[in-house]
Amino acid sequence: MLPNLQLLDAELLERILSEAFTLIWQRGVTVQAPEATDLLVAAGARVEGGVVHIPESLARKSIDTVPREFHLHNRAGEPVVKYGGDSVQFDPGSSCVHILDPGTLQHRLTQSADLVRLVQVAEMLPQYAAQSTAVVCNEVPKEIGDLYRLFLVLWYSDKPIVTGAFSPHTAPVMIDLLVADSGSHAALRQKPRAIFDVCPSPPLHMSEFASQNLIDLARAWVPAEIISMPLSGAAAPVTLAGTVVQHAAECISAITIHQLAQAGAPVVWGGAPAIFDMRSGITPMGAVETAMLNLASAQVAKSFGLPTHGYLIGSDAKCLDAQAGQESGVAAIMGALGGINMISGAGMLDSLACHSAEKLVLDAESIAMAQRLLQGIQPRTESLALEMFAKAGAQGDFLKIPETRKYFREEQHLPSKVIDRGSLHSWEQSGGKDTLTRAREQVKELVAAYKRPAISLQVENNLRAIMTEQVKRAGMTELPGI
Amino acid sequence: MQDELFQQMKQAIIDGDPDRARELCQTAIVQGIPPLDAIHHGFVPGLDFVGQQFAEGEMFLPDLVLAGEAMKAATSSLEPEIQKIGATRESLGKIVLGTVKGDIHEIGKTLVGTMLTANGFEVFDLGVDVPFETFALKASELHADIIGVSALLTTTMTGQKNVVEAVERHGLRPRVKIIVGGAPVTQSWADEIGADGYGKDALASVALARNLLKKPGETQVR
Repeated sequence: MLPNLQLLDAELLERILSEAFTLIWQRGVTVQAPEATDLLVAAGARVEGGVVHIPESLARKSIDTVPREFHLHNRAGEPVVKYGGDSVQFDPGSSCVHILDPGTLQHRLTQSADLVRLVQVAEMLPQYAAQSTAVVCNEVPKEIGDLYRLFLVLWYSDKPIVTGAFSPHTAPVMIDLLVADSGSHAALRQKPRAIFDVCPSPPLHMSEFASQNLIDLARAWVPAEIISMPLSGAAAPVTLAGTVVQHAAECISAITIHQLAQAGAPVVWGGAPAIFDMRSGITPMGAVETAMLNLASAQVAKSFGLPTHGYLIGSDAKCLDAQAGQESGVAAIMGALGGINMISGAGMLDSLACHSAEKLVLDAESIAMAQRLLQGIQPRTESLALEMFAKAGAQGDFLKIPETRKYFREEQHLPSKVIDRGSLHSWEQSGGKDTLTRAREQVKELVAAYKRPAISLQVENNLRAIMTEQVKRAGMTELPGI
Repeated sequence: MQDELFQQMKQAIIDGDPDRARELCQTAIVQGIPPLDAIHHGFVPGLDFVGQQFAEGEMFLPDLVLAGEAMKAATSSLEPEIQKIGATRESLGKIVLGTVKGDIHEIGKTLVGTMLTANGFEVFDLGVDVPFETFALKASELHADIIGVSALLTTTMTGQKNVVEAVERHGLRPRVKIIVGGAPVTQSWADEIGADGYGKDALASVALARNLLKKPGETQVR
């Protein structure tokens, strides 16, 4: 039996779906890209005063054409990330503007060098199935920021990439970069390496950019991930059930646009639903209710058999303290139990504003615990205990028997040095280091051991050529971070 | 009698009850209480109380938002009376307010507008998804004293910097002050982008605006 956590019973799930379909038909969705509105209207939606009313039958037909499963591939072309079913994978959070400086512990603006370091650390940690375009490179002009981040990740990583375009002109160039990386359009379509986040604006609004982006991605067969982010009580109903209804309505409308542009193109029911903190006005990513929203939303998607995504493991703490460990650890476990295909957010602090390589190292341990949990309890041996008791003799000396040596690695996750399980004496002997100190050391070791992937000269030249032209146009003379 | 009515007005704001606030405005008009007295001695103390309670963590955003709604109901009920007697509220300064381009979140920005208005500023709310240039153009047109720029998302807060640059391009600096706010925004971010100030909540924005517009020699408002 594999562990699984469902928060919605059949009746509540049914009511959520029923209200979500009612919402997109009766209340409707504002869709700002004219092409998206045209697609919807041609398929039977009704437009009134700029609001598109989507009939349930059209939405359901669109949901039907979404592929139930697809993979992201690493540089070698291996399908290492599976979207679909109950597979659970993790990637670092995206688009932070600050980094926790490991020396000063200040939150400072991020630069290309910070992104490179985060990519190197995530590359070395097997807990991260994919990379993300984790931070904004502040020394790079904003108009090419999105594609520059993707360029750096392609340059320093072999893993699949969770990314996104956040301005209209960058998406086509980002696709060019991926084509250069894969070798051809056909190769990219056959073995996609990256997935693009597309964000509806809560409540029930698709900006011109987001709705057009959905169409462009679908037609290019580049996987899209819908990041619906209702905020309970602020930009969504205060109740968790009501928020899940809105999340479903936003995902369903986005999927409808996406599938009308290209039926069968890969798309993920995802998001960053969160509660809204009524004291601070922030969106607490470490709140248990935020994790509950992610789980419930994934459960709604799974009722259709759709691939899922969630935003968890980010903490509201400002440094690598007990709060950061507690919030991120609980969320990693919950997300895993929800069977969410891709869980973004590791490494993040300050409610998604700040990234930290040291936290990536710490979160990797929470993820490893969650991954171990998902393996459940297996029988492994023919007799569960009797045979081992027989071998261990009267003294019960289990350390000596071969089964112990054979199975302990499978049975136990062996944490990295960031987790201290030694004796008090050995802890004191080694300097009495706290978590942050150990994480700093771990990051240093990982960065030192990191080797840049072997990228063919032709791919490198093509990537560099695309980027050099873009950078020049933006008024820069070099490629920072390279 | 009058004190009791003022007390009820304060309570209507604390309860976030727009209907009750309107009702009390009618009572005040019937009793011949000057409308500006009703605002300043009745309703504003209620909003101040809610603001203080919020700052102390005893009341929450929904309390503040509903108090703001009740306050708006009260001022719009009394507005015709104020005009009838030819009175004007003294203005502490003109403030252009908006949520930056790419961002459609307005809860925080609207709260700031409500608190600033209640405390005597003239607020021009540009709404949400406001282009960078528009802040500068509107401030120039109105001869505004302060521009307030809100952003809720880490992806849009960088737009606050673009607003600072736009205002500079229009030659409005340093006369026009720029204040920034929003969930991801911090004092250090405000410093980095060359803004004049940051307020952590709606109440703080009032003190911030007062301090920025105080004449030399006046004491800091806290």
